[in-house]
Formats: sequence, C-alpha cells, structure tokens
Amino acid sequence: TQALDYAPDAKQVSTKLTPEEKIITHNNFYEFGTGKSDPVENAQQFKVNPWRLSVEGLAENPFSLDYDDLFKQFPLEERIYRLRCVEAWSMVVPWIGFSLAALIKKAKPLSSAKYVAFETLYDPKQMPGQKNRFAGGGIDYPYVEGLRIDEAVHPLTLLSVGLYGKTLPPQNGAPIRLVVPWKYGFKSIKSITRIRLTDKRPPTSWNRLAPNEYGFYANVNPSVDHPRWSQASERRISGASLFSRNRIDTQMFNGYEEVAPLYDGMNLRKNF
Amino acid sequence: MPSTFALKLKPNHLFWVKLIIHIAALAPLCLTFYQAFTDNLGGDPVTALLHFTGLGAFKLLILSLLVSPLARVLKQGLLIRVRRLIGLYSFTYAFAHFASYILFDLQLDWSLLLSEIIKRPYITVGLIAWLILLALTLTSTKKAQRYLGKKWQSLHNWVYLAVMLVSVHFLWSVKSAILEPLIYMLITLLLLLYRRDKLKRIFKKRLNNTQKIQK
Repeated sequence: TQALDYAPDAKQVSTKLTPEEKIITHNNFYEFGTGKSDPVENAQQFKVNPWRLSVEGLAENPFSLDYDDLFKQFPLEERIYRLRCVEAWSMVVPWIGFSLAALIKKAKPLSSAKYVAFETLYDPKQMPGQKNRFAGGGIDYPYVEGLRIDEAVHPLTLLSVGLYGKTLPPQNGAPIRLVVPWKYGFKSIKSITRIRLTDKRPPTSWNRLAPNEYGFYANVNPSVDHPRWSQASERRISGASLFSRNRIDTQMFNGYEEVAPLYDGMNLRKNF
Repeated sequence: MPSTFALKLKPNHLFWVKLIIHIAALAPLCLTFYQAFTDNLGGDPVTALLHFTGLGAFKLLILSLLVSPLARVLKQGLLIRVRRLIGLYSFTYAFAHFASYILFDLQLDWSLLLSEIIKRPYITVGLIAWLILLALTLTSTKKAQRYLGKKWQSLHNWVYLAVMLVSVHFLWSVKSAILEPLIYMLITLLLLLYRRDKLKRIFKKRLNNTQKIQK
C-alpha cells in the first residue's frame, strides 16, 4: 500500500475509528476464502497493477480507467463511514475515494439507464475461492452487485481506492471498491472491473444464492431480521476488551437518514 | 492375534493416556482464551472464540463416540475408560461456547438471548444439545450411575440425539460455506450408522413403551 493525497473528512474528526489492524484482518472476501482471516492470508500476492475498470452500457460516453486513472481522474476525499455487516458486526472506517456520481456523470448515462451493475474481477488463478463452488462458499463467480441509479448517484455512495490514508490492501478490495454506507456490507462490492448502466435490475450474488435471506436492496434495517439472526443490534468492533459493552442498537439506514426519500412509498419489509 | 498384539493397553498406561487428553484439551482452550483477552485473536476475537469453542465441543463429542468403535476394532477394551473424560471435555468446550455467546456476544442482554432462542431454530437446536450434554455431565459420576441403575444407560443414549443436533446447529449457523459442516455431518451419520442396531433397539423400546401407555 502507498500513501495517498486526499482531502480529510472534517465533519467526522471526533468519530472513534476502528483500528486499522482490525479493518485489514477481519474481512469477508470469499474469493480469497470464507474465513474472516483467509483474505489477509491469501490475498497478499494479488496483482492490482495493471488494472482496467470499464464503464459501459447505456451511456453516451463509455470509457475505461487504468490503474493510475483510479487515483488521478477524480479528486480524492476522505469519508469516515460506519460499515454494518449483515452478520451483525460493524466498524467505523476512514475510506478514501470519490463519489460514484462523478464517474457516472462522466459516462453521460442515457435516460433509459435505470440501474447500475457492478462486477468483481474473475481470475481463479489469483482468487482461490473462484476455483470451485465449495472453496468460494457456494457463490457463482464473478461476484456481481447492483444499485438503482438514484442510489448510485446519491452523494453518500463512494468508490473507494484507499483507507487510513493509503491505497486499499488487497483483502479490502484493492484497487477500487464500492462503499454504500446505508446498506449491508455485502453490497459494497470489491475489486471492481466493470460498471454497466442498464435498464433492467441486475442480478446480485447473495440474492442469487439465498433470495429469502438477502434482498436486492439490503438496506440496514433493525426491524427486518435476517431469517436466522436478529438485526436489531450489532457489535461494534473497536479493539477494546472482551468485556467492553460494544453491543449497540442498529439504526435505520445505518444512521444515514438522508437516504430515506429514495424509498418513499416502498414497503421495506417486502423489498428487504 | 489379539494376545500377541504388542501394544496392549494396560491399566497403568491409562494414566498417561488420560494425561495426554487433559493436556490436549486444556492447552488450546487456555491459549485461545488468553489470546482473546489480550486481543490477539484476529479482527473479531468474539467470533473467533465462538467458532473455536463450538467446533472444539463438536470434535470432542465425535471423539468420545469414536472410543467404543476404536476399542473394538483395535481390541483395546480398556480404552473405554477414557470415554467419560473426553465427554466431560466436550461439555467444558460447550460450556465455554455458550458462556462466550452470552457474555461477549450478547453482553448479558437477556431479553435478546430469550428472543434469539425462541426465534432462531439453529440457536434453539444448539441449546437443546447443550442441555442434553449438561444432563449427561451432571450424571457422569459413578455415584449417579449406581443411583440411576438401568435408567442411566437410557439417559446417556441421548448423546446420539445431541450429536445430531450439534451437527444441524453447525450447518444452520453458517452463512454459506457449507462444505465443512457437511463433512462433520457425514462423520456424525457414519458414527450413528455404526450403531444402527443399537439405535433400532432404542427406537423399538420407545415405540413399545408408548404403545403400552396408549393401551
């Protein structure tokens, strides 16, 4: 990882961050194994340079970015966000990146573009989890995710290229990943190679695997439980002792209430 | 052949076998809790503790059920005498598992514990298995064995239900990586298959009893 130039997040300076060591050793990135410490162990040889991220689909100006472009095309800023995993743990992460909106604007989407589809790199040689169904936890690779276009261009939605002042470690989704802080972590797809504007709702990996457990929206919602565990509270991974009282109430939209208008009139119990 | 078998286990060997079991069970448990308390157990020590203690309890339970087939195949009858110890360590791990869940994961949120037990089948199943193991642990002494007489064996036959429930609890608890729990379930089924005649007898007896009651 290398140091980055970025504008610090001035609003969130007093927020207590999750220690860097925790953020880079506790990862769900099934391409590198299904255990929490598998990614940090198996991803260190992962090659991120050269890289190619293509932006395509229903757009007037499709384009692609190479490795250097990821850090130079758009001004980088720090965003300190809460990350809430669907497994009911959470972290506070100082991401560095740029708004997905800026990238989509550059592509000049057609008015027919209603959704944005994302795809992770497919490279079974580098990603042992992609070699067979069992190694990768049953997911059909490449990992895919999607957002409605209004969610995608919301100012909170971030494309991240770094954390804690440096480029992303491979286990956190280097060289570029999505961060949607009001949704469960699995929406924030890692190591993206393709962003496609489309008129149909794209399939999403966890939804395909277990549609009764993981919906397309996956908005953090304390009143809609996962079928096998409660989502009403979460354990904030803070680096404090085992006896610290770090179980906290989960907030609607993970506390990012400004996104509520995106879902006006929608039944969020049905569209979970 | 059996009489010439060079490594016939003798009573004075049992001390050493038991010592090895004590060390093999206690050392990793202590080390893991030490690492958890000093925050050297990965990003989330709570999850790591839960996995280690839960899987440890399951492994020891499987090992305890392997003792009698092994004793028979290796013709080492004395081996049966280490079964109780392994069973007790299985419950020690299961106790650490449940205690870690209440203390470190739920952090003594009793209403959450209650609602999780009622609402989540995999937790309900785990708790039932835990209660069976608790009952077996409390009646594991020679005194209890004498006191319960014939009932003791039928009580301890519940271990077969317990191991099956533990295997379901494990499979049900994972998000999607089902290979490992499936392997454990296969081992469990093989152990039960080995005892199919005994299990058939138990079921028949139960069936007869209920029929008698109905008459």
